[in-house]
Amino acid sequence: MSGRGSGLYRRRLWINRINLAMSLATMAIGMLFLLWILVVLFRNGVSAISPKLFTQMTPPPGSAGGLLNAIYGSALIVATATLISTPIGILAGIYLAEYGRNSALAETARFINDILLSAPSIILGLFVYTVYVLYVGHFSGWAGSMALALIAIPVVVRTTENMLRLVPSSLREAAVALGAPMWKVILMVTLKAVRGGVITGVLLAVARISGETAPLLFTALNNQFWSTDMNAPMANLPVVIFQFAMSPFDDWKSLAWAAALLITLTVLILNILARTVFRQPSVR
Amino acid sequence: MMLASEAQVPSMPMNDAATRHAEPPEAIRASPPRWQDPLFEHTTRFFAVLVLTLLACIIVALTYAAAPAMEKFGLAFFVTDVWNPVTLKFGALAPIYGTLVTSAIALVIGVPLSFGIALFLTEMCPAVLKRPLGTAVELLAAIPSVIYGMWGLFVFAPFFADHVQPLLTDTLGRVWLIGALFQGAPTGIGMLAAGVILSVMIIPFIASVMRDVFEVVPPVLKESAYGLGCTTWEVVRNIVLPYTRVGVIGGVMLGLGRALGETMAVTFVIGNAYRIRTSLFEPGNSIASALANEFNEASDPVHRASLIALGLVLFVLTLVVLAASRWLIARLARAEGAKT
Repeated sequence: MSGRGSGLYRRRLWINRINLAMSLATMAIGMLFLLWILVVLFRNGVSAISPKLFTQMTPPPGSAGGLLNAIYGSALIVATATLISTPIGILAGIYLAEYGRNSALAETARFINDILLSAPSIILGLFVYTVYVLYVGHFSGWAGSMALALIAIPVVVRTTENMLRLVPSSLREAAVALGAPMWKVILMVTLKAVRGGVITGVLLAVARISGETAPLLFTALNNQFWSTDMNAPMANLPVVIFQFAMSPFDDWKSLAWAAALLITLTVLILNILARTVFRQPSVR
Repeated sequence: MMLASEAQVPSMPMNDAATRHAEPPEAIRASPPRWQDPLFEHTTRFFAVLVLTLLACIIVALTYAAAPAMEKFGLAFFVTDVWNPVTLKFGALAPIYGTLVTSAIALVIGVPLSFGIALFLTEMCPAVLKRPLGTAVELLAAIPSVIYGMWGLFVFAPFFADHVQPLLTDTLGRVWLIGALFQGAPTGIGMLAAGVILSVMIIPFIASVMRDVFEVVPPVLKESAYGLGCTTWEVVRNIVLPYTRVGVIGGVMLGLGRALGETMAVTFVIGNAYRIRTSLFEPGNSIASALANEFNEASDPVHRASLIALGLVLFVLTLVVLAASRWLIARLARAEGAKT
């Protein structure tokens, strides 16, 4: 025990250093997991990628094949879900930001939207199963798109509202002062001012739903063959990954890795695109 | 982002007044007819109401579809630990237990990690690295759940069985009372492995809320503490954490809500066994993994209704947790808005 004051001071400095070092360590652990997953994915995925993936259908057990039908199915289901959810999400977001604002209706809708944003996706699949699949009696691509659209809508609502709220009132007032009706002000002035931000929201929603597996299990299911019929069960990459990865066949497992790499690349590229290209320079 | 937007609410009250005063005299009124405005407003309101009713629709639809199971088993459904598709006896206790235990493990590991990451990003990180590292943490949330599952089954589980589980049995396994949690064969598949993978998956959600709320602490508070000679840790411990406590709890609840409903990653590694065992090394089942594994094979109406009832339990559970989370985060944002 040297001087009491300096001893205490040294102790405090050490506590500070230890805690900050632990904070640095947690960051390193987080990054380590990210790298670990990506490295494993690339190692297994790249060796499984071949031109056959894009020219052949998913194979029967124990033989080689490709992923053509699953890639097509996934693209179709996600595109349809995006087409359904984008207008609904943007219009609801417009109501919350421009008309509803702090009304009780808007506050409640906002609260529920935020909850749906984090609700388990498997439940939305179950919901579409009970109200649509059970009703028509068979799994279908449409049902898959509906489930994915329900997952995407809250994301689009949230970002559209956030973006519209950042538009300064003076812009609206200027447009209104020129005699423009409210719908024109919203669609051609405010929404246009935050176009980039809204596109970011849609891209993030697409990224989110492209990798969703659980809701598709009860809705689109899977299809081993080429099918363009949205009214029938439809092959899609996530469910193919699930079924093939859990199988005992090596051919299937390697196809699952290839599909996993394709999905992850798509999702990561969409994320990075959304965060860089369409970032609003004026908005944060 | 949400905090910023909610704090901005009071700053734009003029808009409604501005539109009302914008009625031009009859003579110079612009040519488009006036029905378009109400039509547009009602269309947007319709979709907002649609989003609002979705939640109620889900609850009603699931309750209706789960009714056959409730009629057959009654409230005993929730406290019975039997799941037998052959004799058609179903009880939800084992999957509920699995869901709660894996989520608890995820929180125990994930919360300190997220706190450290948020602390690093707000207090220590050089400005140049803030954005890329923040984005990297968020990418952990962008990786699809099914990818975590594959990685978990083929890479993490073997590693966990070879290196982590024996170590845990030798150390924590000898501790009185909690030792029983770490017994059994190290297979890499089970509740603990599922919990660890869940903890990685919820880090980005908790960390980003924590980072957001840490950033609303007024700089003048922190600066005065630094001025008194506080170390960075003391500022965090005595200024930042007390100030943001409500928001931090909200972030943890958000992570919990995510962990409860996470499906694919858990399905791959939890082992799909309907039983309640003391050891965390044993395989189990969560509600979500039970649904993913069994739903398409359930041909009997009672079996299917029981699974839907499980889904309803999960949905209500996450609703409560997420509503609490949103309420807490909004409360901090409102307090913040009132002060500035």
